[in-house]
Amino acid sequence: MNNLGTLKTSSSELDLDRPNIEDYLPSGSTIQQEPHGKLLLHDLLDISPTLSEAAGAIVDDSFTRCFKSNPPEPWNWNVYLFPLWCFGVVIRYLILFPIRVLGLTLGWIIFLSSFIPVHFLLKGHDKLRRSIERSLVEMMCSFFVASWTGVVKYHGPRPSRRPKQVFVANHTSMIDFIILEQMTAFAVIMQKHPGWVGLLQGTILESLGCIWFNRTEAKDREIVAKKLRDHVQGADNNPLLIFPEGTCVNNHYTVMFKKGAFELGCTVCPVAIKYNKIFVDAFWNSRKQSFTMHLLQLMTSWAVVCDVWYLEPQNLKPGETPIEFAERVRDIISVRAGLKKVPWDGYLKYSRPSPKHRERKQQNFAESVLRRLEEK
Amino acid sequence: MGNTSSMLTQYDIEEVQQHCKDAFTQQEIVSLYQRFCQLDRNNCGFIPSDEFLSIPEFAVNPLSQSLLRMLDGLNFKEFVAFLSAFSPRATLHHKIEFIFKVYDTDCNGKVSFHDVLRALRDLTGPFMSEKQREKL
Repeated sequence: MNNLGTLKTSSSELDLDRPNIEDYLPSGSTIQQEPHGKLLLHDLLDISPTLSEAAGAIVDDSFTRCFKSNPPEPWNWNVYLFPLWCFGVVIRYLILFPIRVLGLTLGWIIFLSSFIPVHFLLKGHDKLRRSIERSLVEMMCSFFVASWTGVVKYHGPRPSRRPKQVFVANHTSMIDFIILEQMTAFAVIMQKHPGWVGLLQGTILESLGCIWFNRTEAKDREIVAKKLRDHVQGADNNPLLIFPEGTCVNNHYTVMFKKGAFELGCTVCPVAIKYNKIFVDAFWNSRKQSFTMHLLQLMTSWAVVCDVWYLEPQNLKPGETPIEFAERVRDIISVRAGLKKVPWDGYLKYSRPSPKHRERKQQNFAESVLRRLEEK
Repeated sequence: MGNTSSMLTQYDIEEVQQHCKDAFTQQEIVSLYQRFCQLDRNNCGFIPSDEFLSIPEFAVNPLSQSLLRMLDGLNFKEFVAFLSAFSPRATLHHKIEFIFKVYDTDCNGKVSFHDVLRALRDLTGPFMSEKQREKL
């Protein structure tokens, strides 16, 4: 009941509150059609379309919207609602939270006491060791999910272990991985994190065959691409899970998929994940909170409710480029999970857009002007 | 940030409205304030240029540099006044005045040949030679 009020902030209300961008285009600015005839000074000096685009971006832009977390709307503003909310807080923080922490600790103890011996003692019997480790990780993830009272509904056929297949999913938080891992032990490709998460990554997840990358290193991409290809070829490896958005998005939108996952020459199985915002906003805004705080926030909410759809595997159609393939799969996932598509690259969160885009606009303008100059 | 409108009093809204010569309705000013607060992350009262450049749609715009010059260090009232040129209720004169200000980079009240050349350079980038621009 933390965010019961957020039911009201559906997208329609959000748009009402925002000034409509289209109202702000000054009249006569739609010079989209090619103007012909003599090049008048007026046409040259009329920079209003470019200006209106800039102003539109300042007032509201689709990229920032992707990363906005829902502010919790307080519903406890009333004399009788407030004690109810207080009662809820007491239950959540003083009763549920300790129980969950206990449960999680218990889970960790069981997991570590089984994992460490198995890892070292069964060094010789790889196959057996791997299958036991897989089940242990699956069990640990179930403990994790239970610690937030996760109610996950899986739709569609369970992923099977076959070579030459890759799973792609939309990304809202690191817990996406845990939720999917609960059902099938995937090998995931992740950004290497600092702190206790990094420690986990290095030890336990390594045994699943996970692959690491570093966003900031430019050369990293080729090394990682090779690792991906090798992994997919191996029949014994865990199925590979990739989050092609490259960053966490707030579960209302999808940003452009990176084509790396779609160039591997194998079947792509899309997975769509949608969280129910009534209970808790599972979006991990990595700019606002650390992962530990995010987990604590989840553990002190009532529940994490989400739907996971395993969708039909897709193959590269003849004559389709990997980018088009990525867009097609993004379409499928967005439609299933009810997300809107946005034409921006997720990495723009961390860096400026390359000058290429600006140059393209400049090129269009220059060409049209030069053409008209010739016509004179 | 669901309650930022409570930080703006009715007096504030009316003052801003007067300042921008009624180009925006009160509801629009409230929404603009929410947007301003969203961009002004460190709550320093103005939006740093960096923040504007982190909006991809803005950064790819060829005229972003000239606009940044005008946008630097604006408080909320001036921010709304800046955007008022884009309102459908703004007069034509106001809009032309705005375009003039964008061209007039040295703020001397006159648009010289060099000013026009500079704007053209921004708009066309490396796709037009200097000679072609001067010819225009």
